[in-house]
Amino acid sequence: MKPIIKLLLEGGSLNTAQMAQVLNLSEAEVNCQLDTLKKDGVLLGLRPVLNLADEDSGVVRAVIEVRITPERGGGFNRLAERISKFDEVESCYLMSGGYDLLVFVNGASLQKVAAFVSEKLSTIEGVLSTATHFMLRSYKEHGFLLGGKVEETERLKVAP
Amino acid sequence: MDQSRFIAKHVINLPKSGIRDFFDIVAKMKDAISLGVGEPDFDTPWHIREAGIYAIEKGKTHYTSNLGLIELRRAICDYVGKNFNVSYAPENEVIITVGVSEALDLACRALINPGDQVMYHQPCYVSYSPSITLAHGVAVPVPTFAKDGFALTVDALRAAWQPGCKILMLNLPTNPTGGTCDRAQIEAIAKFAVEKDLIVLSDEIYSELTFEGVHTSIASLPGMKERTIFLHGFSKAFSMTGWRIGYACGPATLIEAMMKVHQYSMLCASIIAQEAAIEALVRGEDAMKKMRDQYHRRRDFIVRRFNEIGLKCHLPRGSFYAFPDISKTGMNEKDFAIGLLQAEKVAIVPGSAFGENGKGFCRACFATSYEQLIEASNRIERHVQAIVAKK
Ligand SMILES: Cc1ncc(COP(=O)(O)O)c(C=O)c1O
Repeated sequence: MKPIIKLLLEGGSLNTAQMAQVLNLSEAEVNCQLDTLKKDGVLLGLRPVLNLADEDSGVVRAVIEVRITPERGGGFNRLAERISKFDEVESCYLMSGGYDLLVFVNGASLQKVAAFVSEKLSTIEGVLSTATHFMLRSYKEHGFLLGGKVEETERLKVAP
Repeated sequence: MDQSRFIAKHVINLPKSGIRDFFDIVAKMKDAISLGVGEPDFDTPWHIREAGIYAIEKGKTHYTSNLGLIELRRAICDYVGKNFNVSYAPENEVIITVGVSEALDLACRALINPGDQVMYHQPCYVSYSPSITLAHGVAVPVPTFAKDGFALTVDALRAAWQPGCKILMLNLPTNPTGGTCDRAQIEAIAKFAVEKDLIVLSDEIYSELTFEGVHTSIASLPGMKERTIFLHGFSKAFSMTGWRIGYACGPATLIEAMMKVHQYSMLCASIIAQEAAIEALVRGEDAMKKMRDQYHRRRDFIVRRFNEIGLKCHLPRGSFYAFPDISKTGMNEKDFAIGLLQAEKVAIVPGSAFGENGKGFCRACFATSYEQLIEASNRIERHVQAIVAKK
């Protein structure tokens, strides 16, 4: 794995100047490497992980189990890609087990998510059934704990 | 009333730790960046903490056998066999201790007669010389040098050896220098130990954090298991400093002797820590490797920065310490460290805290975040430039 990817994965929030220092590159080189990763479709984007109060976030989230009919030649791909293109869909995975796709959906309100499921998702030809679960509360997002303030643990300033 | 007259002579004469002095100064300074710590910045991996919680929930709140939980001793023998190539019997060749600190103390008290001489390489961990003194032994330091990457050489051992030397203490990789020995060097040390009939105390607490080459335990060399006490623990590799848990492996006769001291002083190590330690050994490898990778990258960064700044720094092959040479500034290590703290609020530890041979060096622990390391290195650079400009 490239050093720059390892550094991104460590999850810190270094800016490009700091990344340049750590990697012993110029800032221009770091930007160039990041551009290449983007061009190659490896680095798709960097998004903040926020811990907003429910009223601030203004989104309702749901997970939907979707059963679909596989197609000769393409399997589940064509339908999965089609479903993934909706703005409401945050993530979409092909799963083993009792259903085929697990779809994470965002919407401004419960009604909007419900409407998306009943009007868009379940009406697509090839979609056999959906089971929608609304998320009530998030405890961990992308490796970050959300449960209140994380207390800094104290280390002695100087130790043997 | 002067109570100090009641204090035992060998205790009152112990010098105050150089680290302690420095700590008192740093503690008063608010929001200093500290590279002065001697422990990981990561908290103990959650699955290990959770095993400790589970142990409490299950009512594991009692004494264990003096040697420690047999399940833990078995896990240790598996781990040491697999990773260090030495096989020990869980029944009588392992003892669980309250950190390597206690294991070290037990070994000293079990082996040293008053006046026995104990060799150890220097600069070294601050407790070595006092542990020897507290057991009424005589400390015989053996110098190591930056030009060798602070590896211990047989030449230096030979030069320091004198009749009456009984024990050789090793700490590879070394706190504070990050130096270690390759296999050939360790073989030469082993040969020397056999030639002089020395018993070896090998503190391998940083062995998992070896970045270059493979770590070789002296106990694994032919003929060495019988004259080596292998000391190891969980503090550094598994980020478990606060749990206070470690162990010693060695010939049954010696472990039995250490057990006698342990039995009458400590009784046993905390059962909760012992339960958590089992989890660390059995399922902790992935978390440990992840932390090691991070230390590795931080090391490469900080060592490069010291050299860029003009403070010559050898590449520490293990541990999480860099040990740059600060003599170029024309200052001694204490004045440099205090000046740096006052001018730029960065704490590093003067090398002389780790013995005579640490003079002219400082220890900087890189077990801290990139942001802190970057900022600290920039401040050190500014400070060194200011000193050089004044000259
Ligand atoms: C070389 C060395 N040995 C032993 C120890 C103490 O380890 P423990 O926490 O297992 O008592 C340390 C801690 O800094 C150390 O650096």
